[in-house]
This record gives sequence, structure tokens and C-alpha cells, in this order.
Amino acid sequence: MLLEIVRDPIDLRAIERAVLAPGCGGIVSFCGSVRERADDGRAVEGLRYEAHEAMARASFREIADEVLATMPEVRLAIVHRIGALNVGEIAVVVAAAAPHRAEAFSAARFAIDALKERSPIWKQERYSDGERLWVENRCSGERQ
Amino acid sequence: MPVVRLVAFARLRELFGERREIALPEGAKVGDLWDTLLREEPHASALARGLRFARNGALCGAETALCEGDEISLLPPFGGG
Repeated sequence: MLLEIVRDPIDLRAIERAVLAPGCGGIVSFCGSVRERADDGRAVEGLRYEAHEAMARASFREIADEVLATMPEVRLAIVHRIGALNVGEIAVVVAAAAPHRAEAFSAARFAIDALKERSPIWKQERYSDGERLWVENRCSGERQ
Repeated sequence: MPVVRLVAFARLRELFGERREIALPEGAKVGDLWDTLLREEPHASALARGLRFARNGALCGAETALCEGDEISLLPPFGGG
């Protein structure tokens, strides 16, 4: 399991290499990146993330433990970047490797949804007009 | 008079600072700490919706008693991912 909060740019391939193993037949990686438009259509210049790092890592561990409880063969990575990010940069990666694709898809979907709901991480959007706004995740089940 | 360390995030960090120490009366609870902060910044009451607290890294309720040296975190609604 690779469960980290990082400040430097995320290397997706390195994370995938870390979870892949000979017993795995596939890997599903969700890669969240900074969009150039906010939900209201405003142009986004960049984002700033911050976290309660100890609690965020503990939440990643809890999510991974829940995945393993139902899918013990899954190898999971959850890596979230904090600090200032530009449009197009990777903010979060959830990678799940498993013997078969069903578990890999299921684990990756569960982990990113759970992270959005319960990991103490905050996002501030910075717009081209100079305004900054802290943006909350919507409740689970809605478009995020 | 227990002295606790307050750690705030996002908009609450901008209002109250990232880290500071606050002395509260004996027997004070987490909710009393929030009330103390609201007396300092009354408009922070608009940020109470969805606010959660943590004591020493574990989520807790407003009725949780404060002890000397506790780290109390103010956690606004999350936005990660």
C-alpha cells in the first residue's frame, strides 16, 4: 500500500509501478487533475490544497483497510498532492492493481469516492480575475 | 485553566490563524472553544455549517472535554480530490 500526502509533482507511472505485482492482471488508476474551468464556468488559474496531514494519512489507511477487508488481493495506492497546483497538474492518484479487472475498478472507485467524503483536505480555486474561493465537495452521489 | 492548541484549516485558518494557544476555563468543552472564537469573530458563525472538530487527530463532538495540551482542529467541509 502506498498512502501519501506529497508536495512535489505526482509521477503517475511511479505509483503504478509501486502497486503492480506479478500476481496482478490489471491496474485501474484514477488521476484527478486541475481543470481550467470551475463548475460555474469561471476560468481557473490554479488551485491550492491543504490538509490535516496526519488525519488525512489516517483516513487513507482506513480506506485501504476497508478495501482489503472485502478485496484482499487488491494492491492500492492513494496519493494526494498539497500546495499550489497549476491547470493540468495531477492533484490526486488512486491506483488499484488486482488479479482481475472487477476488483481493480471497484477498489479505485470506492477509494476516490471515500477520499472525497472523509479525508480532511481542502481546495481553494484561484480565478483569472484574482478572486479565491474555498470549494467544498458535493455530497456523495452527486456529480463531483 | 487548560491551555489548548488550536489548529484551523481553509477559511477558518484565514480567520483565526494556523496555530495558536487558547486558555479556557476549567471544565470547558470543545463547543466552548468554538463559542470563544465566535465572540472574537462573530461573522465566523456563517462557517458553522458542516464544521467538524478533532481532538488530538481524532474526530470529536462539541461535548468533548478539553484537557491541558490538547490539539483541537477546526475542520470545515472537505474539498479534496
